[in-house]
Amino acid sequence: MPDHNPSTPPTRRLEHYVAPLEETPLEAIDTIKTDGKPSNLWIDAWHDVRRRPMFWISAALILLVVIVALFPTWFTQVPPNSGCQLSNSNGTPSAEHPLGYTRQGCDIFSRIVHGAGTSLSVGIIVTVLVFTLGVLFGSFAGYYGGWIDSVLSRFGDIFFSIPYILAAVVIMSVLANYRNVWVISLAIGLFAWPATARVLRSEILRVKNADFVTAATAIGLSRFRILWSHVVPNSIAPVIVITTISLASAIVAEATLSFLGVGLPSTFMSWGNDIAQAQTTLRTAPQVLVYPSIALSLTVFSFIMLGEVVRDALDPKARAQR
Amino acid sequence: MLWYTGKRLLQVIPVLLGATFLIYFMVFAMPGDPIAALYGDRPPAPGVIEQIREQYHLNDPLIVQYFYYLAGIFQGDFGVSYSGQPVNEILARTFPVTIRLALLAIFFEMVAGIVIGLVSGLRKGGIFDATGLGASLVIISLPIFVVGFAAQYFLAIQFGWFRPTVSSGAPIQDLILPALVLATVGFAQIVRLTRSSVIETSGLDFVRTASSKGLTRRRVVPVHILRNSLIPVVTYLGTDFGVLLVGATVTEGIFNVPGVGRTLYQAVLRGEGPTVVSFVTIMVLMYLIVNLLIDLLYAVLDPRIRYA
Repeated sequence: MPDHNPSTPPTRRLEHYVAPLEETPLEAIDTIKTDGKPSNLWIDAWHDVRRRPMFWISAALILLVVIVALFPTWFTQVPPNSGCQLSNSNGTPSAEHPLGYTRQGCDIFSRIVHGAGTSLSVGIIVTVLVFTLGVLFGSFAGYYGGWIDSVLSRFGDIFFSIPYILAAVVIMSVLANYRNVWVISLAIGLFAWPATARVLRSEILRVKNADFVTAATAIGLSRFRILWSHVVPNSIAPVIVITTISLASAIVAEATLSFLGVGLPSTFMSWGNDIAQAQTTLRTAPQVLVYPSIALSLTVFSFIMLGEVVRDALDPKARAQR
Repeated sequence: MLWYTGKRLLQVIPVLLGATFLIYFMVFAMPGDPIAALYGDRPPAPGVIEQIREQYHLNDPLIVQYFYYLAGIFQGDFGVSYSGQPVNEILARTFPVTIRLALLAIFFEMVAGIVIGLVSGLRKGGIFDATGLGASLVIISLPIFVVGFAAQYFLAIQFGWFRPTVSSGAPIQDLILPALVLATVGFAQIVRLTRSSVIETSGLDFVRTASSKGLTRRRVVPVHILRNSLIPVVTYLGTDFGVLLVGATVTEGIFNVPGVGRTLYQAVLRGEGPTVVSFVTIMVLMYLIVNLLIDLLYAVLDPRIRYA
């Protein structure tokens, strides 16, 4: 061990037979480096995510869909529903109608542009619903445990046991006269939340015995306060991942229900409706079916891709497997 | 194992009751009078109405009606379809077709998914892996009816490799195309699941031990890596079955497969509420039973589960 302080003359004659005393002052150990930027899971995730082209591609696609949904008239002046002429049925494209016409003689491009809003609003409403219900059920079940957990988990199991599209089929058949964006979103969301609740519950079971929870209890915070300000924020990461993907699933679910004929009525622009209607002329006019299918798949793809990137960034195990 | 089976069976009872009650309640809460719907614009005599109400227990409270319905289900009586045919008869005709289709789809997705997932996992980061991951992401994003129409248009109508719709009797060669379509959803998930499971297992100590004691790769990969990587894939089959049921409804509709799914599809299209409810109930029961079986199978495969 070389002398730590060569400038001081040797005052002690005895050699150390053990390791020399640590001469760093205690204060130095206690000081926290403040010049570096603070880091946490979310900042790390952002640093990881912004280096990936997949993130930027999906973000650009989602931004495009959002802009199209918010301002459809920026993209097309042709009304989607009125002004359809049967003489244009399955007609070929022209400069003003770049994708041609549907069987009813409506402009395909305009219908696709106006359909974005429907898909996106159903996706967002379902996601908010699933997130809220999932977080409430999952957090209470996981954190309080005992009989509360048993009751909430069994309750969730019941909803989980019915595949949510089948449940939505029943609800939408029952509410045949009340079909709109809100009803279809409720029908999908009401049975889609247990997956989120399960993910959060198991994450909370892992987190709730951590030291920072004990510390929060020690300084006298109430259990409820600890749950919302310490436990949930620290176990929300996997929920964010599953929520991004559930937005894509909700868009698919709406299209599937509309395709089955229990979705939105034909007064709403819905890609699922358009695909279902183009089905009869698949042999003679496949292009009528192709364009809304591409729009739907691309939208879903961008959300799935975003979910994938977010998963890689938030889940260390997924990151290691990349 | 017996204890675990008993426990698992007991657990399924409240879920079963709850799920059937939930479906029943949704229909019970349906706006409108079922008898008025039965007769349309010309209402029958009050005595007839009363008789029908009595016959179908409509005067009883919800919970009593539910138990009549439940008793019917346990006696194998799922009611009568819109056209007056007993649901049981329709089921006896359509169920075998759907089972054949589902088994074929599961076979396709398992074989292709596990093989591709295994190769991807063993060559993590390679070109094959990157292509597989990208392709599976694209496949997950495609709604099943889009895949169905694409397959029908290109493979059947344009190239003429398959028949575009299934002929009566649903022979196995006609079911190949619908089964391939149905398999796409689960396939992509199985690829990703197998891949990550293989990567995880490959890093475990017993695999290193097997390699270091001189076993060849041809033995280590199938016996030590693959077999232990398949457990999460088996559990996924439970979730997958629910996806398959929904997928079968759409696929059987598109390819005109005379199965349970098409019956539901047509009932939904025609707005035949009672038939829809009967068939959704049947599908939920199938889903519950299959998941129960998979849990039991899981316990056979993994002793940690049954002694936990």
